[in-house]
Amino acid sequence: MRYLPLTESDRAEMLARIGVDTVDALYSDVPADELLDHLLDLPKAKGEMEVERIMGRMAAKNLTASAAPFFCGAGAYKHHVPATVDHLIQRSEFLTSYTPYQPEITQGTLQVLFEFQTQVANLTGMEVANASMYDGSTGAGEAVLMAHRVTKRRKAVVSGGLHPHYAEVIATLSAMASDEVARLAPNVGGDEDLLSAIDATTSCVVVQSPDVFGRIVDLKPIADAAHAVGALLIAVVTEVISLGAIEPPGARGADIVVCEGQSLGNPLGFGGPYVGLFAARSKYVRQMPGRLCGETVDAEGKRGFVLTLSTREQHIRREKATSNICTNAGLCATAFSIHLTLLGEAGLSRLAALNHEAACEVADALANLPGVEVLNDTFFNEFTVKLPVNAARLVEKLAKEEGILAGVPVSRLLPEAGLDDLLLVAVTECSTADDRAALVAAISEAL
Amino acid sequence: MLNDKGRPTRPEAADEAPATASTFTGNRALDVEEALIFEIGRAEVTGVDLPTPKGAKSRLGAHARTTPIALPGLAEPEAVRHYVRLSRKNYSIDAGLYPLGSCTMKHNPRLNEKMARLPGFADVHPLQPTGTVEGALEVIADVGRWLIELTGMAACAMSPKAGAHGELAGMMAIKAALSARGSSKPVVLVPESAHGTNPATAALIGFEVKSVPARADGTVAAADVKAAIDDRVGAIMLTNPNTCGIFEPEVAEIAAAIHDAGGYFYADGANFNAIVGKVRPGDFGVDAMHINLHKTFSTPHGGGGPGAGPVVLSERLAAFAPLPFVRIEAGRPVLVEDPSQTRAGETPYGRLAAFHGQMGMFTRALAYMLSHGADGLRQASEDAVLSANYVRASLQDLMTVAFPDHPSMHEVLFDDRFLEGTGVTTLDFAKAMIDEGYHPMTMYFPLVVHGAMLIEPTESESKASLDLFVATLRDLVMGAKAGDAARFTQAPRFSPRRRLDETRAARAPKLKWEKPVAAE
Repeated sequence: MRYLPLTESDRAEMLARIGVDTVDALYSDVPADELLDHLLDLPKAKGEMEVERIMGRMAAKNLTASAAPFFCGAGAYKHHVPATVDHLIQRSEFLTSYTPYQPEITQGTLQVLFEFQTQVANLTGMEVANASMYDGSTGAGEAVLMAHRVTKRRKAVVSGGLHPHYAEVIATLSAMASDEVARLAPNVGGDEDLLSAIDATTSCVVVQSPDVFGRIVDLKPIADAAHAVGALLIAVVTEVISLGAIEPPGARGADIVVCEGQSLGNPLGFGGPYVGLFAARSKYVRQMPGRLCGETVDAEGKRGFVLTLSTREQHIRREKATSNICTNAGLCATAFSIHLTLLGEAGLSRLAALNHEAACEVADALANLPGVEVLNDTFFNEFTVKLPVNAARLVEKLAKEEGILAGVPVSRLLPEAGLDDLLLVAVTECSTADDRAALVAAISEAL
Repeated sequence: MLNDKGRPTRPEAADEAPATASTFTGNRALDVEEALIFEIGRAEVTGVDLPTPKGAKSRLGAHARTTPIALPGLAEPEAVRHYVRLSRKNYSIDAGLYPLGSCTMKHNPRLNEKMARLPGFADVHPLQPTGTVEGALEVIADVGRWLIELTGMAACAMSPKAGAHGELAGMMAIKAALSARGSSKPVVLVPESAHGTNPATAALIGFEVKSVPARADGTVAAADVKAAIDDRVGAIMLTNPNTCGIFEPEVAEIAAAIHDAGGYFYADGANFNAIVGKVRPGDFGVDAMHINLHKTFSTPHGGGGPGAGPVVLSERLAAFAPLPFVRIEAGRPVLVEDPSQTRAGETPYGRLAAFHGQMGMFTRALAYMLSHGADGLRQASEDAVLSANYVRASLQDLMTVAFPDHPSMHEVLFDDRFLEGTGVTTLDFAKAMIDEGYHPMTMYFPLVVHGAMLIEPTESESKASLDLFVATLRDLVMGAKAGDAARFTQAPRFSPRRRLDETRAARAPKLKWEKPVAAE
């Protein structure tokens, strides 16, 4: 077996030094009737070529985003990732290092995390950011728990514009912890009355902008209303590129900002692994979940970095920890940080502008089709169209007959909401003018 | 694994000159100082060429950004150099033995990386029509099937994103099962030797944590568990093999006791690498167990993630598996992602994360499983156990094995009795290993022994590599005993940084770069 260096004679010598005859003697604490005396019912070892063939066949069954005019979003976006990013994250020293518990020999990872934290804080307009969460949705769940700790209240108000998966994560965690959630109905029209759901028992208000329907939400009045009763505003961003074009939540009164960072550096990958960004006001830093990297000096006075404020964490505090998180999304955070370093402020602004323009072009063209309505007054790179037909069936038909991935039907996220005629269309820099024309033509044809 | 209890967190004042002569640049040959991107980048520089926007009418409303972002950019060669230089300040499993106990730092095959990057896996959207992603759904189902067979369980929930997330998934299934029975059993038993995530997870969803003592031999006594069980106890969380590296001899009796009391057995699967193909958790009474794909199934640790923590469930818990899951119907995979798609007997308790789990880790783990097969997986576990016991047998005359009465599984636990009177602590000993070119073992964990050193060599090391490691540790121990304390207390001397001041970092946290205030 190519991954196992020990030979039979090595094994025999090692057993001799240990002083046992067989390796099974080392399993003597396992009750004899439970020790397996046969191989399990699974295939036998295979060489590289055979594994490549098997997995290649499975991969070939999937329609890839690059092979189709592609307009799916709803929390996962196709962007072009520079070749440099994937090369650098495959460097052994990043890829095969553990969490940096021995800082003297993991300054590489630690400095990247310190840079990542600064980039995230600056991008979101917040004072501090942690070293990443699993993804945006789990970050949103942790943000609600953090708001409960800060306010000592246990009721979250959740906007109907929040991605339904995120809302379900919050609802699941809250139900298990016996906390309360007031989740508003899907905010299709952009006219939900969030302010009247906020009261003196509210710990936090969770608002996504751009929301799941693509609309940009004015966070300031919501922040003011939350703060007036001592609650926190948790702002959620699922398309982080939007922060290149839109005022950051930190400038609009958010207390905690949670983002899905996949758009920078990370492939679509059928939903994971992604990277959660988590930023907050610095007065709440000791209530934050997850790992934090801080600056210090070494014994010779040189600048260096360490994991810090670990007294919040499970390995010290056990059942009193702020979170149970241990492993986070280190390599995905590294990819995010490298991509953002390559872009810089100038590149990010331009990338955001290109996304917005491409989306505007498609929205205008679709709005001109008879019976099609674009519901958004504002949007970044994704918007909602109301169709005269069932959106899921249209998407299936275009995928099958035209090889076009036309978007995400709202019914995929909210099957029971009676919103079967709504389609979320995301347009990024990856779409060509031909792709965009093909989408509009195909929808026009199908109606 | 890291624990700060009793561990010095700032260096002693250096009582000798810096270990090496200074240079003009501060560099030492290949060890090159590297500034932060905020110090070397410029806001107007970009390493990505993009077309010029046409300047169409904006639909951003009143929300267009006016605040500068303060993000530096680097041209591509600068960026490559920055990250390559940083990478060289890291230890990695590719570069050397990484004996972090409980972390299973085994070889990360590059075939896994190649498979994960196939466009058919990496370039598909989680919400594409399911008919366009049947191959991706098959991967999820296949990994689940392998895990079910290897553990002897009934079902596998694939969406948890890391070990601690899998613990949460499993404990939620237990809570859902208890409440479906109308049972109020709010207490979870957790042994003292457990990993910190166990009590943190239980507390997160409202369980009360009650500690169970460890016996003098490093194991949990069924009698102690029975004594702790009352009608308020709903579950026990037990790691097996445990964090002392021992297979719990009374695990079946403990499982029976908790089952008899109407409770459930959560097993922490962090140490599964010791027993794959040798014994199945389902056979010793486990109801839920997470599996760290980034430990046992070789997906890379990436400097702290991403991981993946699928959780296998027994018959008693299978119905409560969270959304989404893949059901096989007429030989084809069907994705169930909403309660409206469930059938009788499927009562998911909710959703743990957006989309369908860590697909990129599933493809890597599947490549590992297919490569090893049933035979190779069993051999890997045997080699991991053999290697740990070989290290133990080679060091036990000089170092103190914490629990000599039991054979070790895939990791061996030493305490610091062998350092008594030397003036050298576990931390010092670990730092001296750095100077010798090794990543230290897990230190000060588990908490049940003094100055713990937990060594897990894994199956990836050759005998020559183990022999050199053993010889190095023997030399270090003899050096400590011979009174050469400076070799330890001043260590590390040859790493990119010497000991770092953790106290200072925590007292006045500096968590991001701030522009220096310009001098007057």
